[in-house]
Amino acid sequence: MQQNASPPAPIVSLRDVQKSFGSLRVLDGVSFAVERGEVLAIIGRSGSGKSTALRCIDRFEKVDRGEIVVCGHRVDLPNVDLRALRQDVGIVFQSYNLFPHLTIEQNITLAPRSVKRMAASQTRELAHKVLAQVGLEEKVHAYPEQLSGGQQQRAAIARSLAMQPKVMLFDEVTSALDPELTGEVLKVIEQLAADGMTMVMVTHEMGFAKSIADRIVFMHRGKVHETGPASILTSPKTPELAQFVGTGNLKS
Amino acid sequence: MGIELDFPAVLERWPNFLGGAVLTLELALFATVLGALLGTLAAVGRGTHSALIARACKVYVEAIRNTPLLVQIFLVYFGLASIGLKLSAFTVAVAALTINVGAYTAEIMRAGFEAIPRGQIEAAEGLALSRVQIYWHIILLPAVERVYPALTSQFVLLMLASSICSQISAEELTAVANYIQSDTYRAFETYIIVAVIYIILSLVMRAGFWGLGLVLFPRRRRLGTAL
Repeated sequence: MQQNASPPAPIVSLRDVQKSFGSLRVLDGVSFAVERGEVLAIIGRSGSGKSTALRCIDRFEKVDRGEIVVCGHRVDLPNVDLRALRQDVGIVFQSYNLFPHLTIEQNITLAPRSVKRMAASQTRELAHKVLAQVGLEEKVHAYPEQLSGGQQQRAAIARSLAMQPKVMLFDEVTSALDPELTGEVLKVIEQLAADGMTMVMVTHEMGFAKSIADRIVFMHRGKVHETGPASILTSPKTPELAQFVGTGNLKS
Repeated sequence: MGIELDFPAVLERWPNFLGGAVLTLELALFATVLGALLGTLAAVGRGTHSALIARACKVYVEAIRNTPLLVQIFLVYFGLASIGLKLSAFTVAVAALTINVGAYTAEIMRAGFEAIPRGQIEAAEGLALSRVQIYWHIILLPAVERVYPALTSQFVLLMLASSICSQISAEELTAVANYIQSDTYRAFETYIIVAVIYIILSLVMRAGFWGLGLVLFPRRRRLGTAL
């Protein structure tokens, strides 16, 4: 649906990225690119390097070799302006990581206020806007612990959106949730995709990846083992992906 | 033979007791505020990337925690005098108590900092907050909240320990008691009264910290969680 985007530099590009933890090579020459408005889903087994690859984009991991360019920032260089990078990139974690001592509104307004120096009245409006986007307007003055897991994750997404990022990263954002709470979070992400947000997500929800992703990256042993449109999930070319999607991971 | 207690003979000196009690509270208040600042800075310093600063903070904390308060007070008292600094006994007492409680505060705050989940800091970094902003908005208050009972106990202990400042003739409660009992020859009565006053001061401080906690941690107040 977003295939007709103009073709300048991709929002995110990784070229031959290598990363080791000690003697363990977690990323072994990973390359992929994400165009504006594109939704990329990274799938693979635990330990395949998919979360590490995602975290490298926002420089929560430093790469050993290779080139990463995100919204024009050379993330692989040591002198990258981290705060400028992270204003362009929103990230949502598996464990929500809302600030427990702040209300939902304060969670959302903190960064726009402190980083972008927006006025208090402006940030309150912004908080209401992004909370409406995730369907949580009535929780604006609640504390995180008063929310369910699904609501907390939606609030965390709203918090990221308030910084108006150019790309959103989702790191297994539904893995900590009960199945019945997963749906409400996925619905929010789906709506974001429909609104044209550029997104990279690491996910175990194969059905979701299939329905939402423009492209799939299947990682295996630190490499991009197979990549292509969502249809590769139903007709995989490599035996590894076939085995991966065949192990019961493929829900409708 | 029975004990004969004559409280009125001692109690008629109540203005002196009151003056001593007020000075003790002032000592405690100044040293608590300054010590909390110093200790927090030392705790931050121990966590910095600069090995020199971290080492210096560690030496400070260990030096203080492994020497008696009285010796520290004398060191400050005679040390400042020997370099020609003539300060009042009160100022010296505040300085010594601040240095002392700062070290204990540093250890308590360090535990508080370490209890902040890594994910909190990553989330803040992901929102482009600066290091100072992260310390201020994300780490400091939740860390204080976690160690608040330990911290406030330490400050009450400090108030009690300030009795030792009578040794450099700071006119706090114990010093007042010392000369009242030598005036009246009613040592037992005097120190019973002083003990009761210390208990009252402790209760006052605890009540103060409880009230401060309500202001500092609005979430606790809202959700009714006990400290």
